[in-house]
Amino acid sequence: MQSFATKAAFRFGYGFAEGEAEVSDVEMLLAQATDADAGIATYRGPSFGERAQMMRTYLEYKRAAKKGDAEAKPLLRASNKERNALRAVDMQRVFGRAMYSGQGFRERLVFFWADHFTVVPKSRLEQTAWGSYQEEAIRPNVNRSFGDMLVAAATHPSMLLFLDQVRSIGPNSVAAKNNKKKRKVKGLNENLAREVMELHTLGVGGAYSQTDVRQAAELLTGLVVGPDGANFLPRWAEPGSEAILGKQYGGNPARLDDIEGFLRDLALHPDTAKHVVTKLVVHFISDDPDPALVDELTRVYRNTDGDLPSVYGAMLDHPASWVDLGQKARQPFEFMVASLRALGISRADFDAFSTGQLRRGLTLPLASMGQPLRSAPGPNGWPEEAEAWITAQGIASRLQWALAVSRQLGGDRDPREFVDANLRELAGESLKFALAGAEQREEGLTLVLASPEFNRR
Amino acid sequence: MDRSRRKFMAQTLALGCSAAASPLVTPVTFASVPTDNRLVVIVLRGAMDALDVVAPVGDPMLAKYRPNLSKTKHLDLDGFFGLHPELGELMPMWKAGEMGFVQAVSTPYRDKRSHFDGQDLLEAGVVEVSSDVRDSGWMNRMLDLIPEAKKDTAFSVGRENMLLLRGAFPTTSWAPEGRVDLSPQAQLLLDKIYSKDPLFAQAGRTAMTLAAELNTAQMAMSEDDDAGMNDMVNQMKEAANAQKAGGLAAFAAARLKEDTRFATFSIGGWDTHQRQQRSIRNASRELQSALLTLKAELGSIWDKTCVLCMTEFGRTVRENGSQGTDHGTGGAMILAGGAVKGRKVYGKWPGLDEADLYARRDLMPTADLRQYAGWAVHDLFGLAKADLERDVFPNLDLGDNPKFIR
Repeated sequence: MQSFATKAAFRFGYGFAEGEAEVSDVEMLLAQATDADAGIATYRGPSFGERAQMMRTYLEYKRAAKKGDAEAKPLLRASNKERNALRAVDMQRVFGRAMYSGQGFRERLVFFWADHFTVVPKSRLEQTAWGSYQEEAIRPNVNRSFGDMLVAAATHPSMLLFLDQVRSIGPNSVAAKNNKKKRKVKGLNENLAREVMELHTLGVGGAYSQTDVRQAAELLTGLVVGPDGANFLPRWAEPGSEAILGKQYGGNPARLDDIEGFLRDLALHPDTAKHVVTKLVVHFISDDPDPALVDELTRVYRNTDGDLPSVYGAMLDHPASWVDLGQKARQPFEFMVASLRALGISRADFDAFSTGQLRRGLTLPLASMGQPLRSAPGPNGWPEEAEAWITAQGIASRLQWALAVSRQLGGDRDPREFVDANLRELAGESLKFALAGAEQREEGLTLVLASPEFNRR
Repeated sequence: MDRSRRKFMAQTLALGCSAAASPLVTPVTFASVPTDNRLVVIVLRGAMDALDVVAPVGDPMLAKYRPNLSKTKHLDLDGFFGLHPELGELMPMWKAGEMGFVQAVSTPYRDKRSHFDGQDLLEAGVVEVSSDVRDSGWMNRMLDLIPEAKKDTAFSVGRENMLLLRGAFPTTSWAPEGRVDLSPQAQLLLDKIYSKDPLFAQAGRTAMTLAAELNTAQMAMSEDDDAGMNDMVNQMKEAANAQKAGGLAAFAAARLKEDTRFATFSIGGWDTHQRQQRSIRNASRELQSALLTLKAELGSIWDKTCVLCMTEFGRTVRENGSQGTDHGTGGAMILAGGAVKGRKVYGKWPGLDEADLYARRDLMPTADLRQYAGWAVHDLFGLAKADLERDVFPNLDLGDNPKFIR
C-alpha cells in the first residue's frame, strides 16, 4: 500500500530528502505552490536588463578590439568568460532551487510551466538571457492566473526572440513604408502568433484557422525587445483593427494593451482550459488521463477564470490524482534532482561547484540522458511518454551518471538504509535482494538510483 | 582529420566485430531479410525549403516571389532546377547518378502547418492526426511484414526516440557516445531488478550489450597513441562529434554493415523563418556531411543502399518580411544511394503561377510522399503493394511506380 507521503513526494515533488518535513496532507502540499517563492530567495540571477547590458558591453569590446584597441582584448576575454560562467551558474540555480527550496510541488510546477512555454535560446543574447526567463516570466506567476502567466511568457524578450516576433513588421506600418523607400523591406512573421494559439493556449485541435493566425500576427506587430525588456513600437505596428476568433482587436493608434487584451481572451477560451488542464494532468499523473479528472479541472479553470491555485487544489482534491504510482517515468532533470536530494549533497558543497564541475556534473549528463535543458526539440517542449526517456541510451546515461555521483557523494551510506529512506514501501523484493548481493556500496547506491522504482512515478 | 574524430571513427569501425563481453549478452540471432538492401530514412525536422534546396531557377516567377533568396547562386542540376550551394559537395554524387530529388510532395497534412503534427504524420505514415498517432511509426509496422526481421534489423541513431521506429516490433535506439562502467556483477543484478518491468528490461539489456561493444572498442583504442589524452576532455569531444549528423551517419553505417537493414536519424534546423541565406547553412552542411559519411563508410554496401530524406512540409513560396520563409505545404524529398536511379528530379512540377499555388501561398503538392516511401520499400524488400496500402500506409493508393530504385 503506497502512503500519502510517498505519492506526494514522487508524483508532486522531487522525492524524499533527509531533514525535510514530510508532507502530511493536501493543504500542506498545496501551500508549497501558493506560498511565496522560497527558491528565488536563495538562487536569483541578474535580470534581463542586466544581462542585455552584459551583451552590449561585450559588443563594445568586440568592436574596439576589431579596431585594434589593445586594451579591449583582455576586457573582451573577461566578458566571454563571464557569460560562459553565467551559463553554468544559471543551470546551477535551476537545480539548486529544485533541490533546496523545500517547495517540491512549486518547483515541479515551475518545470511544467517553463516546458509549456518553452524557449530555446539561439543567439548570444538569447543564451545570455536564458536564466532570466524562468525567473521573470514563469516563477512569479505559478500561483496567479493562467492569463498572467501567458502575458508574461508570450511577451518576455526570450520568447519574442525565440519565435521571431522581433522581426515582424506590419506590412502597412510606418516603418515598412520608410523601409520600402530605403529598399529595406521587412514584413510579417507568423511564428509567435501561431505557437501562442497552437501550443500555449487553444491547442492544435482548437477552433482557430490560418486567417486567425495571420490576423493575430498583425495584431502582435510592434511588440519588440527594448534595452530592459519587451517594448512596443507603434511605428512597426500594422494599422487598423484585426478580427481574431470573431472578435475585433486594436485600432488606431496601435497599443500594447490590445495585445494583452487578446492574450487574456485567449486564456479564458474554453479550448484553452481543456488544453492546459489536460497537459497538467498528463504531466503529473498519467499519459492516459482520467476524463473525470480532466472535466473537473476544466470546470474549475473556467469557473475561476484560470486561477491556477484553484486548479492545483482541484487536482490534489480529486481521488483520481492519488492512484498508485508508476504511471509515468521521471524525466532526466527530475531524476537528477531527486538523486542529488537522495544522496543529500549539502548546499554549501553544491554552491561551491566550479564552472567545469557544473558542466561535467549537470549540463553534459542531462544532454546525454536526452534532456539538454536549453535545447528542447522545439517550442512544444519535452515529450511526456516514458518510452521517450527509458531507452537504451537513456538508461545507459542514467546509470553512468548515477555511478559517478554515488562514488562522489555516496560516502559511507549503506545501500539498504538508502533504499529504505528514499523508496520506502516502493522498493520491490528483487531490488532488496539485489542490494544484498552488491559487491560495493557505490554500486548498491547506483542500483537504487537506476531502479524502475526510483525512475517511475 | 583531427584526433578526436579519428578516434571516433576507429571506434565506430570496431563496433560490431566484438562478441560482446557483457554477461548480459542475449546473443541476438542475426538473420538477414530476404534481400541484402538497406534503407536509411533521415527526417529533416523544421520543414526544409524545397524551393531553395532544389530551386526551380528556370521559373522566372521565383525571383518575383523571392527577391532576396533568389540571389543565392544555385548549382545547375538539369537546366531547370538548381542545388543549393551549401550542398555543393554532393554534386559528384548527383553526377554519378546516386542522388535524385522528388519535387512537390507532401504528407496528407494540410492547413494548420504545425511542425509537430506534421512530423507526427510523416513518421506515423497515416492520413490524420489522432490521439493514437504517436503509437507507431510506418517503419516499425513495415518490419512486421518481413518474416525474417529481428531486433537488430532496424536501428534508430541519436538521443531522440524516433516515432518512425516506435511500435510493437522490437527495435534498437542508441546514441554513439554511450558507455557504462558497471561491474559485470552489478550488471547481472540490474538485469534482475529490471526483469519485472518490460520497458526497463529491454532498454537495460540493449544498453549493456551496446555499451560492452563500445567499451571493448575503447579498450582497444586506449593502447594506441591517444592513451595519454585527457580522458574527460576526450569523452566530451566525442560526445559532441557523435551527436553531429556525420557522427550519427558513421554510427548508422557501422550497424548497416552488420545485420541492420533499416536505420533512421534526424537532422534539425530547417525552420528558416528569418535570414534564410544564413540560417539554412548549418542544416545543409549537416545533411551534406551525413550523406557523404554514409557513402564513405558504407563502402560497397552503398550500392545496395537507398537513403530517403523527408521533411514535414514545405515553406511559403514568397519570402517573408525577415528574408526567411514561413510554414507551407508542398515540399521536396531527397534520394541518395547506389540503389537509387539518380541524376533526376522526380515528381510532377505544378508551376508557380499564383493560381497554381496551394491556398495562393504554398507549392501545390502533386503526390503523397508516402507513395515514394512505399515504392522504395516495395522495390527494395519485395513487400506486397496490398500489404503496404493496408498496414504500413493505411488508406494510401500507391499509384504508379515512379521506378527510382535500380
